[in-house]
Amino acid sequence: MPSLSEAAKARVATETIPTSATPSPAAAVGLPVESDEIAFDIKGFSLWYGQRQALQDVTIQIPARKVTAIIGPSGCGKSTFLRALNRMHELTPGTRLEGSLRHFGHDLYGPGVEAVAIRRRVGMVFQKSNPFPTMSIAENVLVGLRLNGVKDKAVLQERLEQSLHMAALWDEVKDHLNRPGTSLSGGQQQRLCIARSLAVQPETLLMDEPCSALDPLATAKIEELIQALRASYTVVIVTHNMQQAARCSDRTAFFYMGRLIEFGNTRNMFTNPGNPQTEAYVSGRFG
Amino acid sequence: MAASPYLPTEQFARWRKFKSSAVTAVLVVCALAVIAPLFLVIYFLLVHGASSLDWNFFTQLPKPTGEVGGGMANAIVGTIMLLAMATVVGVPIGVLGGIYLAEYGSDRANDWLRFAADVLNGVPSIVWGMVVYLMLVVPFKTFSAYAGGVALGLMMVPLVMRTTEEVLILVPQSYREAALALGVARWKVIVVIVVRTALKGIATGVIVALARIAGETAPLLFTALGNNFWNHNLKEPIAALPLQIFAYAISPYDDWHRQAWAGALVLMALILALNITVRVLSRDRNTTN
Repeated sequence: MPSLSEAAKARVATETIPTSATPSPAAAVGLPVESDEIAFDIKGFSLWYGQRQALQDVTIQIPARKVTAIIGPSGCGKSTFLRALNRMHELTPGTRLEGSLRHFGHDLYGPGVEAVAIRRRVGMVFQKSNPFPTMSIAENVLVGLRLNGVKDKAVLQERLEQSLHMAALWDEVKDHLNRPGTSLSGGQQQRLCIARSLAVQPETLLMDEPCSALDPLATAKIEELIQALRASYTVVIVTHNMQQAARCSDRTAFFYMGRLIEFGNTRNMFTNPGNPQTEAYVSGRFG
Repeated sequence: MAASPYLPTEQFARWRKFKSSAVTAVLVVCALAVIAPLFLVIYFLLVHGASSLDWNFFTQLPKPTGEVGGGMANAIVGTIMLLAMATVVGVPIGVLGGIYLAEYGSDRANDWLRFAADVLNGVPSIVWGMVVYLMLVVPFKTFSAYAGGVALGLMMVPLVMRTTEEVLILVPQSYREAALALGVARWKVIVVIVVRTALKGIATGVIVALARIAGETAPLLFTALGNNFWNHNLKEPIAALPLQIFAYAISPYDDWHRQAWAGALVLMALILALNITVRVLSRDRNTTN
């Protein structure tokens, strides 16, 4: 099995650029994408910040090309969990972990595995939109490709348009791609950040409360976008907004006090939760 | 109707107003005392120096002892060359050190580095001159422009390092995270995202450091030495405004005294210009970010 970093290099080097917004071959020919493929296979995963245990023995299989929502009260470990999926938590010094975490069969924490290579395939969108202030809209979208050595102008132009189309931002910005990314509105900035993540063509997109700083209209646009991404991407979204989880996810995982309490079909989780704690949370009785 | 409980008695109000205006007056006096020296400096320099500032001052070499006239053209150019060399020495070390402090160093290493930088900042400038004298003048058996540039450059290092660290820390963590989440290597994130975002702040720090060292005399006494003639060979002693001012100010000639004042005026104008550049740069930074 090739290491993740080799696979990532091969991916960038050899992959032909898909012309449509749907890289998945099945989706491209209009077939329903109903596979049981597992994106993240996580077993007995625990994580500590120094002495404090943030995640306890989490075992979960996150399906590929579906939207999985992570819900739970503040401090339940859901953001930590999300950040562990592409090793962003390592930016916090003093973390320690146990258990296994595989992404499409590849060990994310094996010896010699490079976080940089993982993040090429597992992108992340943050709570607060953060376009780079020194860069134009176009430069923001393309920065990941450029810094990873893509120089071909045709490729860059194609990815630029494709990513902005996928992020449903193209029509709004196509006439002023050279304006600063920070000149956009909050909702547009967040979609720009999504376009920036999509431009490097990850397989999986992690979203950490991507709408919590946005107004309802901008939120609705992002949710539509998540629906569209489902065809070709695995999306894991952390949200505080249970309506949002119910509206736009296929699976929901409920975390509480660092433990995975329940994981299942979103519809079941919200209408007929198996666990009394889940029921209390989704019905708004605590959290 | 009873007197309003919200109005103070007349006597109390008068006492309070008196106290208020007394304290305000003290504060105004202190504020003026802060500004006054600047105006005094500029006033004296203009009164004594402006009359000797003419075209010759900027274009001619110093005249030999006893002859009236001449200028400090070589010292002005020398100072600019020394500042350029100091930038070449001090900025890379200072900026890279600042990047280390802000992005890489462990808490322990950083504590030591910051302590060292603060101590270096406090090293008397004449000591820098002596150290560089031993390092570069004695072994090469000649005073040189190089030695002067290195002495000034070393003085810049702690200043540039600390300001670089400060502006890099001000770059929000979210930019680093966003770039890392794109699968970009860490050093590229630092160079292309973090340093680029903070570039104006770093430039401001460099100019502040330049303004700080532009007038230094002591580090040049044993290094650049001074020179009454044109010199473009960096291995030879070179003239500098502060050195020339010093030499002329302690001389017994009235004409040289006047030239020293004019030199001081030019030096002050240079430093003022650097500081105004800093103001303009930082204003831009505040409006765009």
